[in-house]
Amino acid sequence: MRQRTVKLLAASLLASAGALLAASAHAGKTLDAIKQRDQVVCGVNTGLAGFSAADSQGNWNGLDVDICKALAAAVLGDAKKVKWVPLNAQQRFTALQSGEIDILSRNTTFTLTRDASLGLFMTAVTYYDGQGFIVAKKSKITSAKQLKNAEICVQSGTTTEKNLTDYFKSINVKMKPVVFEGFEASVKAFFAGRCQAYTTDASGLASIRNKEAAKPDDYLILPELISKEPLGPMVRRGDDEWFTIVKWAIYALLEAEEYGITQANVDQMKSSTEPPIQRILGTSEDTGKLLGLDKEWAYREIKAVGNYGEIFDRNVGPTSALKLPRGLNNLWNKGGLQYAPPIR
Amino acid sequence: MRSKRRDWSWRSRAVRGLIYQLVAVAAITAAIWFLAHNTLENMRVRGIQSGFGFLTQPAGFDIGESIFAFDSADPYWKAFLVGLSNTLRAALVGIVLTTLLGTLIGIGRLSRNFLIRKLCTGYVELIRNIPVLIQLLMWYFVLNEWLPPVADALNPFPGIFLSKSGMSFPVPEWEHGHLVTLGGLALGVAAAWLYRRWAGAAFLRTGIPRPMFWPALAIVIIGALLGWVAGGSPTALEMPIRNELNVSGGGAVTPEFLAVAIGLSVYTAAFVAEIVRSGIQSVPWGQTEAAGALGLSRGQSLKLVLLPQALRVIIPPLTNQYLNLTKNSSLAVAVGYPDLVSIANTTLNQTGRAVECIAVLMTVYLTLSLLTAALMNWYNARSAIRER
Repeated sequence: MRQRTVKLLAASLLASAGALLAASAHAGKTLDAIKQRDQVVCGVNTGLAGFSAADSQGNWNGLDVDICKALAAAVLGDAKKVKWVPLNAQQRFTALQSGEIDILSRNTTFTLTRDASLGLFMTAVTYYDGQGFIVAKKSKITSAKQLKNAEICVQSGTTTEKNLTDYFKSINVKMKPVVFEGFEASVKAFFAGRCQAYTTDASGLASIRNKEAAKPDDYLILPELISKEPLGPMVRRGDDEWFTIVKWAIYALLEAEEYGITQANVDQMKSSTEPPIQRILGTSEDTGKLLGLDKEWAYREIKAVGNYGEIFDRNVGPTSALKLPRGLNNLWNKGGLQYAPPIR
Repeated sequence: MRSKRRDWSWRSRAVRGLIYQLVAVAAITAAIWFLAHNTLENMRVRGIQSGFGFLTQPAGFDIGESIFAFDSADPYWKAFLVGLSNTLRAALVGIVLTTLLGTLIGIGRLSRNFLIRKLCTGYVELIRNIPVLIQLLMWYFVLNEWLPPVADALNPFPGIFLSKSGMSFPVPEWEHGHLVTLGGLALGVAAAWLYRRWAGAAFLRTGIPRPMFWPALAIVIIGALLGWVAGGSPTALEMPIRNELNVSGGGAVTPEFLAVAIGLSVYTAAFVAEIVRSGIQSVPWGQTEAAGALGLSRGQSLKLVLLPQALRVIIPPLTNQYLNLTKNSSLAVAVGYPDLVSIANTTLNQTGRAVECIAVLMTVYLTLSLLTAALMNWYNARSAIRER
């Protein structure tokens, strides 16, 4: 893994050297490059069930993965035209900065530091999350406040470590973090009993409990959420056109759910007379032209992966293995936070 | 007749040599400047902030184990220091253990006992052919699977607790008496040194050899004991105590540290064993025979004839192994030990200063390795053949 980091660093140095000789950034060069190679290069998690994980045939599935598939469908007309680059927490920003990937769709929390100092932009929130704890039921711990002097396993290179420290400082309780570089090592250490608790985003906890625990019922996710974790894709600065495309590709999935357009009915909806639906599907105005795409961009997205609600249900929702409640991720008019600006 | 003045023409070899060297230095400098300048320039163009100013900002994260107090409000540079101290702790313990284990196995490979010889050969061939990262992970997961959870920690001896959370042991409670003990120890060392000087001079004067090692050791121990008694013989120990959730108090090492220390020592010992074996075998058999012919005892011939010659062969490659062990300790992050790399990883992610953090890492490991090498070179020069 370290070798990869070093390789990425070397690549970023080389890319930096190359960029000085090349002309300065002009709008839309990411889109041009994607069209030329006929592929979107998408950075994803190395393996987080429900968000991005490869199955036994090597097909990638998950909520973060579907965002990239939707984007490929919108830009290139084919959801399969994606090259997947699995990245760990330490590699992800360098990979995006150096231009190895076009978009980082890897359960990444939006924070001020990341938005302002990494040369990257946050696009839109695809999952509202919060950091939580998982413990073994037989420890009889039912609240994070009982974790006095506990050892807590955590993966490095995330915002999780800082939240952990802040939280226990605020409730004036001492604990000891045990920090692992790799996700697998950290999870394995927890289930081997090295730590009394494991912490990461609540969605991740559900994923881990479901996939890594020998008996998922032996483990309890504590009720406390100790942070706000808005997760979503990031892109490089300096290409405003690509930034806009990614943002609206996500908004279109939300708009589709709001107006009842699904993967199954999208073809019938094309003959709808409702103006918002006509605009989304490109049967009246050509919104695609403004983005540098064609007018059926959103239609192809929905046809390929469905609307946001369908993506959620399929990957992490009640019908999936993770069984996460929709909660904050419901649409704004159903009690959630997902609110897309209008397509018009 | 050739003029004595310097010849500054192109035909002069000295001048051409100088020019080649100047060109080479200029090219290397230009290449480094070009890379550094481009990196900085491009980071600026892309809006990536850079600089080492972040080192004085509060770190904001806790560190699981540290030999001095660290709080999340402390600055990043202090977090780096904690990481460095943890790296040094693992490396030092590793170097001591690997030297002991490697020497024993190296000598074992030359044993006249069939079983010991074959076991040592098996050890070397097995251990040195498995990558060290895999061995570290193996030790870590073995420790974690075998040991009980901290709630029912093993208590093999009173005061020692062994569990998945590590090993807790009693440590002496600090009293002024300990300071007096240390003073006694220092006096003992000084007295032992004086004794050895006197014994050496007496040998040169009279030709009667006197024992050098055991009396010196006895003097040191007696000095320390006298100091301890004079300090009021402090015996209070801080014992680890079992709580409902874990064990607290006393000294403790984590399973991460154990895995790193054991894993690195066991791995490097295989290489050290081969170096020791080859060093001993490099001394011709005739030297042993000659020592015997001079009437030296077995111990004397080992100490005065064989070891000094073997050490000359052993020390340079042994230095390499110490350097390797120190550098391999950077793999500790894989098993959750908060070494320098682990701290740099966390810092890198919270601040986004990738180039700066990697630069700090490279500088520290380079410095550590050069210091180790300098120390070993000094020892090598001491034990090298003195041409007279």
